Amino acid sequence: MTKYFKMTARSDCSKREAAIIRSSAIVLSLVAAGVFILIIGHNPLAVYWSMLDGAFGTAYRITETMRRAVPLVIASLGIAVAFRLKFWNIGADGQIMMGALGASYFALNHGNMHPLLLLPVMALAGILCGGIWGAIPAFFRAKFRTNETIFTLMMNYIALKIITYLQYGPWKDPAAMGFPKIPGFSQNAVLPDVLGLHAGWIIALVLTALMHVYIIYTKRGFEVMVTGESENTSRYAGMNVSRIIIVTIFISGGICGLAGMIEASAVNKTLSVDITKGAGYTAIITCWLAGLRAPAIPVVCVLFAAMIQGGTFIQMAFQMPQSAAQILQGLILFFVLGSEFFIRYRLTPAGKSIIQQDGE
Amino acid sequence: MAGISKSFGEVKANVNITFSVNYGEIYALLGENGAGKSTLMNILSGVYTPDSGSIYIRGREKKFTSPSDSIAAGIGMIHQHFKLIEVMSAMENIIIGQDHSFFISKKKLRRVINTVSEKYGFNIDPDKKISDMSVGEKQTVEILKVLYRGADILILDEPTAVLTPQETAKLFSILNRMKERCAIIIITHKLNEVMEISDRISVLRKGKVAGTVHTRETGPMELTRLMVDRQVDLSIEKPPVSASEQVLQVEKLCVTGSDGIPALTDVSFSVRSGEIMGVAGVAGSGQRELCESLQGLQKIKSGSIKFQGREIVGCSPREIIELGLRISFIPEDRLGMGLVPTMNMIDNVMLKDYYRGKGPFPDRETARKRAGNIVKAFNVHTPGIEHSVSKLSGGNIQKVLLGREIGSNPDFLVTAYPTRGLDIGSSHLIYDELNRQKKKGVGILYVGEDLAVLMSLCDRILIMYEGRVNGIVDPESVTIEDIGLLMMGADTRTVKGASL
Repeated sequence: MTKYFKMTARSDCSKREAAIIRSSAIVLSLVAAGVFILIIGHNPLAVYWSMLDGAFGTAYRITETMRRAVPLVIASLGIAVAFRLKFWNIGADGQIMMGALGASYFALNHGNMHPLLLLPVMALAGILCGGIWGAIPAFFRAKFRTNETIFTLMMNYIALKIITYLQYGPWKDPAAMGFPKIPGFSQNAVLPDVLGLHAGWIIALVLTALMHVYIIYTKRGFEVMVTGESENTSRYAGMNVSRIIIVTIFISGGICGLAGMIEASAVNKTLSVDITKGAGYTAIITCWLAGLRAPAIPVVCVLFAAMIQGGTFIQMAFQMPQSAAQILQGLILFFVLGSEFFIRYRLTPAGKSIIQQDGE
Repeated sequence: MAGISKSFGEVKANVNITFSVNYGEIYALLGENGAGKSTLMNILSGVYTPDSGSIYIRGREKKFTSPSDSIAAGIGMIHQHFKLIEVMSAMENIIIGQDHSFFISKKKLRRVINTVSEKYGFNIDPDKKISDMSVGEKQTVEILKVLYRGADILILDEPTAVLTPQETAKLFSILNRMKERCAIIIITHKLNEVMEISDRISVLRKGKVAGTVHTRETGPMELTRLMVDRQVDLSIEKPPVSASEQVLQVEKLCVTGSDGIPALTDVSFSVRSGEIMGVAGVAGSGQRELCESLQGLQKIKSGSIKFQGREIVGCSPREIIELGLRISFIPEDRLGMGLVPTMNMIDNVMLKDYYRGKGPFPDRETARKRAGNIVKAFNVHTPGIEHSVSKLSGGNIQKVLLGREIGSNPDFLVTAYPTRGLDIGSSHLIYDELNRQKKKGVGILYVGEDLAVLMSLCDRILIMYEGRVNGIVDPESVTIEDIGLLMMGADTRTVKGASL
């Protein structure tokens, strides 16, 4: 009985309460960061305003913020589907790199192909490479119950080193006069702009809708949810647990791979070791903040990107060191993530009642 | 305890509860599930703090803000699920977290434990590892643990739930010996045990004290009335077996458990249609593996399982369904296997046949109708079929599961502990439903733990011991004690009326 009781008690945090907790966390984070800003000798309000200005002040800045948000959105969608399965895929960074690698192979070797053919081929290659990179740890998890957290993490380093090898070795640009870089893509391999931003944003939005439908409404999504809740239930219901794990993580990795293709094609226009800019890790935070809900992911990612973009801007505007801007970001994140604890648990001073209610 | 109240959100778990326990007596707290017994005990052991009311021990008011306060006041709680460390010995478990000196004198400790054991009639080897112990022994260690802490008020939460009749008798004799020096509170919903062991009884109903009585002056009928506020027919119906064709035939079934140790060895039996075959046994004797084997959920080493003459060994759960065999399964672990607690009733209803039909989307409309039907047919108390199943009470959760499994018109029904944790009212509802299925000609395998229920519900009882069939008996021709002996591994030939 106690078991059921605790579960009911935990869910008594209403949506309204949760919203209050979350927004007060943001306010508190601004206050705490404000103290820090005062200490280093600036006006907090001016700094905050400038962060907003830096992120959304001009059309160009908005575009830049969105440019940062696109890979975050796509990678978050990929991670979210894995997390629904309670498969802790922290290998998104590696999957993005491998996706970029697959796309780059075609971009570099078939640069004169027509864009209408080349771009889809690159996208497919990106999905396939990212997907396989995810499916490898998924296979071992499904068949031998290996720990996917360590496995996917290690796969990141392997991916990184493969690209390093290519950059310094076989794929090194002979025209760069010994400088270790991979040649730029031909114009055919570059994703075109739509409304001032590369077409990746359309892909991100379409993918958001697709993943929402996939998880919430389809049979496959149902399997993912059930298996994520309990593998025993999944087996009981006649589902093929191994297949579900491998296929789902292939999809997860494939989506991350697509993010890699977009970054390589539209943003970097080449492949390099810092192609991901840590998006695969940041996306873990954003997808978690979005509560794994696809529709919330773009919102969270844009806010997150704005924070990073605004942070970069205040470095210039106030001649602040980069580390100071990062402390601000860290403080804000600390409060926002920390508030999740208060949504799930209630802290009361010992000896006092939890709810001031007299039982008639 | 005087005027104790406690609410969780909108749920009033305890309302103005007052009772007193004397040293030298065994006091029973009786109540259905959700009556507030566990909340009350958690308050007494310092896990929860009451919203109002006071606790007095030896006449002095005590405020507990943490379990350690409660321990300091001499209260020792023995939980239903033991809190012991499996890889450590009894002695280590007893002293863990309590001995503040850096070095431990094992010799001295062993002497202390042996003295205490002798005094109360425990029979325990201080150096035996918990993992090598039987359930009864583990319970003894739990009791020793709280005694070692200096407790003289013992609270036992459902102490007999996992014990065999013999172990229960032993526990009761220990408790009777201990009550000279302690106050003992047992929490239970088993009427006969309350009648046997307690001196006084408080019955809780919906968080309130429905009555406090002296055991000598009451009887099961009055207690039931106090518990459920209405008369309940305590007898279980047993309609005769009508049809007699065999539905299930298991032969020489061998299964290796997840730890590599044989979980089932040469299990053979058969069940006819319209027959309830009971399965008794100490927890972990292979019941779970047996049930799961019948569903295609276990890897089978050797042997055969035939349903309506068709071999299902080697089939996956879905292949069994595709064969056209309608086998329903109500697993022991309702929320970890039978249902998805975070999902609503609609999704839970379609758990087993979501994949049917064309297209990428499951047929949620049919599932919605079926969920509605289950709510009506089984009188499920739910705020709505859109609410997650975890928010329902234990009895209603079981109704959802039963409703889904019976709703698929099974030919065979496997149920594992279907009434575990349910109150008397809900349990009888389940028994009635099983009997209704039986009359329809469904073969039923009923894995249970309450031997009295097994005796009155089942046509035959199969007793498992260490993964083997240690006798199949006709409940009419054996006693509960006979079954207890077989559960403990007694030779089948020594028990009259038992066969293999």
